[in-house]
Amino acid sequence: MSDAPAAGPAPAPVKPAANDPRAQEARRRFLKAAAVGAGVVGVALSGAIPVLRGTTVRLRPPGALDEHDFLAACIKCGQCIQVCPVNALKPADLFDGFGVGVPYIEPRTQACDFACDVGQCILACPTGALVYHRPEDDPPRPGTEVPSPPVLLAKRSDPEPTLNFTQRMGLATLARPEACLSVQGRGVKGSARGEHFRGKHRYVEVDRWTPQPVREHEYELERCDLCVRECPIESAISIEDRPGPGGATVKMPVVHEACVGCGTCEMVCPAEPAAIVVEARAPWKDGAS
Amino acid sequence: MKRTVEQLRVLLGAEPKKPAPEDISPRAKEIHAAKKLKKRDFDAMEAQVAAHRRKKKWKKRRWATLIIVNLLFVLSYQVDVQLVEGSLSGSRFLGFHLIDLNSALQLMLAHKRIIVNLLIGTATVGLVYFLVGGRTFCSWVCPYHLLAEWAEKLHLHLAAKKLVKDHPLHRGLRVVLWATFGVLAYATGYTVYETISPTGIVSRALIYGPGLAMLWVLALLAFEVLYTRRAWCRYLCPVGLTYGVVGTFSPVKITYDLTKCFHEQDCRKVCLVPHVLDHVVKGRATAERVDVGPDCTRCGLCVDTCPSGALTFKVTGLTRNTK
Repeated sequence: MSDAPAAGPAPAPVKPAANDPRAQEARRRFLKAAAVGAGVVGVALSGAIPVLRGTTVRLRPPGALDEHDFLAACIKCGQCIQVCPVNALKPADLFDGFGVGVPYIEPRTQACDFACDVGQCILACPTGALVYHRPEDDPPRPGTEVPSPPVLLAKRSDPEPTLNFTQRMGLATLARPEACLSVQGRGVKGSARGEHFRGKHRYVEVDRWTPQPVREHEYELERCDLCVRECPIESAISIEDRPGPGGATVKMPVVHEACVGCGTCEMVCPAEPAAIVVEARAPWKDGAS
Repeated sequence: MKRTVEQLRVLLGAEPKKPAPEDISPRAKEIHAAKKLKKRDFDAMEAQVAAHRRKKKWKKRRWATLIIVNLLFVLSYQVDVQLVEGSLSGSRFLGFHLIDLNSALQLMLAHKRIIVNLLIGTATVGLVYFLVGGRTFCSWVCPYHLLAEWAEKLHLHLAAKKLVKDHPLHRGLRVVLWATFGVLAYATGYTVYETISPTGIVSRALIYGPGLAMLWVLALLAFEVLYTRRAWCRYLCPVGLTYGVVGTFSPVKITYDLTKCFHEQDCRKVCLVPHVLDHVVKGRATAERVDVGPDCTRCGLCVDTCPSGALTFKVTGLTRNTK
């Protein structure tokens, strides 16, 4: 703010600071700092755009708090990512805004099949962003709780066969029934997703402990039932007779309330794109599916 | 105590004040007075400064430490060594929780819920950095610091050729950003700062593979090369301020010996935070020995650079400090 010389005779002695080079330099530093600071805060706040628009609804690891709380409580350290035996978790990137570094699951690429038996990611989380039991004053949203602790088929004969949590990550839905091989009455020969698919799955009958590459597991089925066959949770999905187009009865996968939304069905579905998908964070609605 | 207050003021962005004559100890006054050099002594001093070859002892130790620490994180995951699992924002070292202080602060303000493991990890890291010197984190651990050192080298190279010019910023900016991000975390319930934290982004990029978020880090580095020397670490980073405060009363410090100082100020030219070395200017030291303030990252560049051994590392309680 340099004062313009006042009109009139004999300019009064101006404020000495105004032309002092040191004062000018200080002012420049201040203005530059203000501009740079505003820029930095602006860039940081731009992280709100993807979050508020909600364009990508991410499937979060088991036990995650509700989305807003999860983004706040997650310290973005990736310990959950490191303990997952099938590498189902990935840190989100730039376009997730405030969610950068926060873990998510892309089930079609690699589902969470609970090959760890217990929810290792929940155990690893240091901040309570992933929890077995929600805090009392922060209960799960309606419909996001399964009626009873999910029974893990792989440890059905163990003394404690359940996963120690009751909150679902999402809900499987037969999004494209017309593409479903079972509905079409078709079978599966060879591997579920072709020889280039890099996902892993625990085939209990092959190896109780070590997940195997999906591409190495071959099927010879008259009628596809992979979503039911590979589902790690008891009574989460079954194939039922349903009226199809033209009055004929079709064999259709039906998702039940025990589904936790792990995405294994979406990963192994041989249809392209998958006929059955997980809707992240979707609640159970009575009479759904 | 007066000196600590002054150093904290400088940490928060104030320009160092020239000490009043009554604040300078009698002994220091004596030394200052004795330093009126004759031409012959001055020439001899100049010759020694010119002949002094900058050592790289502390720089080598520091770079090795920084690289090994970050490599341990990478190997723990990639080769499954499982020594330090996680990344710099949070990890387990042989099972012990470690949580970055600034990330913890953001998280506590945003989430408003503190679980025991988070508290244990934060307290552990707080204690460690209190013991080893607060901003020691910056120059000995933070991977962005190393990238920024390389960018600084390039900046100085270009500046010497007059292709770029340093544009210093007002140092109060860092406090403003620290407070702004604190308020934003609390008000929005999102850890807003973590979105742009180069420490977090680079650490995760090393461990989990780089993503597009590295573009932001590259933009910062480009800004430091072309416009403001060491902009992030010097004027902006709230993490540095958090650790700086933690290290205020830390036993590990750089200490300054007025008797040995030539006042040629080479240390201030290499220092990331030259305002902490204001007392090396002739006549400004208030005592014979002055410990460098909390904004110092204990990087040791000044120790390597000093031609007369006036700046040294000191560990209170371990290093003899009789003189």
